[in-house]
Amino acid sequence: MTEFEPKIVAFVCNWCTYAGADLTGTSRIKYAQNVKIIRFPCTGRIDFMLLLKAFGEGADGIIVSGCHPNDCHYTSGNFHARRRWIMFRGLLDLLGIDVRRIQYSWVSAAEGAKWADVVNTTVTAIRELGPYTDYAKVANYLEKEANV
Amino acid sequence: MSKIGVFICHCGENISATVNCGKVAEVAGKLEGVAYSTDYKYMCSDPGQTIIKQMIKEKGLDGVVVAACSPRMHEPTFRKACSEAGLNPYLCEMANLREHCSWVHDKSDATTQKAIDIVRTLVEKVKHNKPLSTIKVPVTKKALVIGGGIAGIQASLDIANAGHQVVLVEKEPSIGGHMSQLSETFPTLDCSQCILTPRMVEVAQHPNITLMTYAELEKLDGFIGNFKATIRKKAKSIDEKLCTGCGLCTTKCPTKKIPSEFNEGLGFRTAIYVPFPQAVPNKPVIDKLNCQYYLKGKCKVCEKVCPTGAIRFDQEDELVELEVGAVVVATGFNIMTTSEFPEYGYGKYPDVITGLQFERLASASGPTLGEIRRPSDGKIPEKIVFIACAGSRDPAKGKPYCSKICCMYTAKHAMLYQHKVHHGESYVFYMDIRAAGKNYDEFTRRAIVEDKVNYLRGRVSKVYEENGKLIVKGVDTLLNAKPVEIEVDMVVLASAGVANPGSEELAQKMHISYDAYNFFSEAHPKLKPVETNTAGIYLAGACQAPKDIPETVAAASGAAAKVAILFSQNELSREPVVAVVNRSAPPLYSTCVGCFMCATACPYSAIGEEEIKDRKGNVIKKVAKVNPGLCQGCGTCVAFCRSKSIDLDGYTNEQMYSEVMALLNE
Repeated sequence: MTEFEPKIVAFVCNWCTYAGADLTGTSRIKYAQNVKIIRFPCTGRIDFMLLLKAFGEGADGIIVSGCHPNDCHYTSGNFHARRRWIMFRGLLDLLGIDVRRIQYSWVSAAEGAKWADVVNTTVTAIRELGPYTDYAKVANYLEKEANV
Repeated sequence: MSKIGVFICHCGENISATVNCGKVAEVAGKLEGVAYSTDYKYMCSDPGQTIIKQMIKEKGLDGVVVAACSPRMHEPTFRKACSEAGLNPYLCEMANLREHCSWVHDKSDATTQKAIDIVRTLVEKVKHNKPLSTIKVPVTKKALVIGGGIAGIQASLDIANAGHQVVLVEKEPSIGGHMSQLSETFPTLDCSQCILTPRMVEVAQHPNITLMTYAELEKLDGFIGNFKATIRKKAKSIDEKLCTGCGLCTTKCPTKKIPSEFNEGLGFRTAIYVPFPQAVPNKPVIDKLNCQYYLKGKCKVCEKVCPTGAIRFDQEDELVELEVGAVVVATGFNIMTTSEFPEYGYGKYPDVITGLQFERLASASGPTLGEIRRPSDGKIPEKIVFIACAGSRDPAKGKPYCSKICCMYTAKHAMLYQHKVHHGESYVFYMDIRAAGKNYDEFTRRAIVEDKVNYLRGRVSKVYEENGKLIVKGVDTLLNAKPVEIEVDMVVLASAGVANPGSEELAQKMHISYDAYNFFSEAHPKLKPVETNTAGIYLAGACQAPKDIPETVAAASGAAAKVAILFSQNELSREPVVAVVNRSAPPLYSTCVGCFMCATACPYSAIGEEEIKDRKGNVIKKVAKVNPGLCQGCGTCVAFCRSKSIDLDGYTNEQMYSEVMALLNE
């Protein structure tokens, strides 16, 4: 039996983590192939419904990463994201999503090695959790929500 | 139906070594909506760009995905190429195959598959891209400089000499700032007033500079190139046009015992006063808080003696509105207040003074005409102690930072004392001598070697009075931490440089950020030292952190250069990545319900209100409106909007959702 290869989506900001991931590349640090990045201007832009959508579309895990506190290119976007995450985290249980499937972190433009680390740790963690099979439930929930 | 072109770059071997580029191009070509796909060795090269341009024209492409390096690297290159071929540049996206795929994975089918996934994601995004055009905003070529110390003076003169209009606003009755209070300057010991006052006069006479003294910023609205500033001109109670500056009123004023701000409380001034003889403008103001007429309703001596009838007791504050394109903030610093050093006896013993007070004592224009005399009895101090780091580098009681200028001015003070009191003895208690700067270390050495100033490495624990003498208890850490007790006549504290009171409020008025110590923050500590996070507002001098004069002047000229660069353009082009509130047909007009959550979230105060009116002018509803000149495109408002009425061009909900869906559906 082949090993389970989780599908992980990374929601990252353009100024810190995207640039940090660029640095991982420039430094030729290897990491797992499971993570694919979507670029946002700022973590403040990330509507957490997108995270639910990703689970609905079959993601097994998610990384949200932006600038460290006080380093936001837009001054406060990352604080809004952090506050949103604290609220959202409490709702995950209700939705039947294991909170460990979302990795929330800060990776600066200078932390290429940290990005590789975040990716590898998340991949290992999700691999242990196994595939996310409840997505149909979430998808149904979203559909119902959309029809209200 | 979209006609998208996908262009896969090999980047020499950087991508093709681990990704099968041919395969990616082949699969991409079969994606829905893709009209053309190819791979090429160097897409960014001239022939590479030519392929893109040719195909846009030949196939009539309405979207382009270039799968190559990071968009942070070459997005402008490829967008420019698209634009040259007649395609809106914002219909071009980049898929990052190099930094995010080929360089971080080994060669395998999975790596190629990831590359395909990335390309597919961006193809889906491009399908929802809209043509955008760069935002053009006009530039008002007039600068506002806040603060008339050496920083503001330098910035104003530089901008004015570049041919632009400048309004210089100073809250005190005269420009000059702290530099005008100084006796002599390190490391050359040239007289501060001698080098400063010609500059002050130049400001007053410059045809491009409008000087507003006794005035403060009341309000600042708008954005880069288009600020609206409201200045409060405080009532001076004189008619400046009639006043000749003869000074008769100041000599006759009966209220003579007001501590002089300029002399740091060591001298007195009258209620109608000019802060110092070389003041610019050299015209008096009436201090309403101390004037007998304003306090008791009688006196008017100044009015009686004024030969030109320039006194105006009924004058009121005036609000002046200005349209400016750029703002230079040069509000300077202050020194730590008295109450913070009970152990040094400041405020308790009159002969414990601050460095700035010592400057006044040593200054030829000061209350003692340049003789070092102690404030209590006017005697010449035979022994004097200087305490460095009074409040600086003291996380427990003072400020954790180094105030930077104190080591140098303490050496200067000790030197000036030795030059003026030849038989005197001077001691300096210091933690470290920080004299980094051109000719700085040589200067402090000179104080120690030539002028025989006694430097003791250690801190002072207590200063107290005994038999008319001040006893300084300290420690000399270079002598096995031996306790030291010195009986002296005067103590000078090198108090920490701190932010001006009210700087927090001022920063909030201008929407610029400030640090934990209320110093204004630069946009980047290294690469944008004079810019703030708000475009069009620049910093000069010690309002940012303690700075010496050369550094302040350099920063001021830097800020002036930034203003001149801004003013070299008639229009500013801005990236059209801005938030937009949707509009729809009546009766809805917009799905915005006017909750203004977005406005509270916006870090730039870019969101305001818009009233939707019917033909009769009745307000139907209030909705949010984004000012594209202020919006920086972070999108925080978009995630906040509960009715999904606000969206970010370039990163719309449609684009982001289709990316998520494409990424996960092979």
